[in-house]
Amino acid sequence: MGRISEIWVYLAEQPLLWLTITVGLFWLAQQLYRASGDFPLLNPVLVSVAILVCGLMATGTPYHAYFDGAQFISFLLGPATVALAVPLASQAATLRRHWLSITVALSVGSITAIMSALVIGWATGLSGDMLLSMLPKSVTTPIAMGISDQIGGVPSLTAVFVILTGIVGAAIGIPLLRALGLRDPVAKGFALGVGSHGIGTARAFEHSEQAGAFSGLAMGLNGALTAILVPLIVWLLGL
Amino acid sequence: MIGSIAALLILQLIGTIVIRLTGIPLPGPVVGMLLLFVFLLWRGATPDSLASTTRGLLSNLGLLFVPAGVGIITHLDAVADQWLALTITLVASAVIAIVVTAFTLRVLMRNSLDTPEPVAPKTGD
Repeated sequence: MGRISEIWVYLAEQPLLWLTITVGLFWLAQQLYRASGDFPLLNPVLVSVAILVCGLMATGTPYHAYFDGAQFISFLLGPATVALAVPLASQAATLRRHWLSITVALSVGSITAIMSALVIGWATGLSGDMLLSMLPKSVTTPIAMGISDQIGGVPSLTAVFVILTGIVGAAIGIPLLRALGLRDPVAKGFALGVGSHGIGTARAFEHSEQAGAFSGLAMGLNGALTAILVPLIVWLLGL
Repeated sequence: MIGSIAALLILQLIGTIVIRLTGIPLPGPVVGMLLLFVFLLWRGATPDSLASTTRGLLSNLGLLFVPAGVGIITHLDAVADQWLALTITLVASAVIAIVVTAFTLRVLMRNSLDTPEPVAPKTGD
């Protein structure tokens, strides 16, 4: 028994342990999700995060110790973002044909995402810094954290809202749009990218390559637009 | 495959340098994505090795968000305090944004605001 706790103490200090557990858990969560017939509440990101949070609490592991190992996974977000250009280039013809519709839908969606959070958060009584940290929640983590810092929110809290928004959008976006009778993969993917950034884009790629391509495009464009709109809205409303 | 990974990293690096020099409020990888997009349009076709590397990376995109998601552990108290208001706001705002965006785009594309479609085939799901 003493030998095992010795090994645990040694491994807990190494990046390998939490890196392996994260990748392994995600793989298991993916199998579970597929076996359930893509049941929305079994979204693999949601299941992996929930189990890891419980695991860290049960073993008394601080987040920074976990992240020492898991940061190698986070790092891949950079190259993966660059890689989004590949499916997008394959959709160049659709993009050229519909660029005006896309520009208008992006603006409408971006403003809706920000203002709905502001109005609903205010109506449900969210405290001031919670509300400010909530505004950039629909865009990818690094952009959202930068905006949050600029408007006086709490960047690490914004990161949490970004991930939760992504999980919500990925879990219910496609089933909901399907229930509302929307079939077009371009509209579905684009909406997931505007509303729930990279996690929505991950979900859109499971749906189809075309949905994923437009989701990635929407995520990039909405990041840029939100970085302009949120500080502007905060300034206009005097928040 | 190594060549493709090197290309992605180099574009991310160039993007990061551009951001540093210009002060544009965007992450370096997004600029890298735009550069690669322009390059692929100019070249006209995507090299096979790049296509297969990016497919591997993008088909498991969800995994890459897990470490940041676990960060919720550092804010559990603040989140627990206002959990109901937070849940309502996050869920309602995500749903509204997605539905509004999807239907806006569909209505605009249907009403041929854009250049007419040259070919007919359209795939549903």
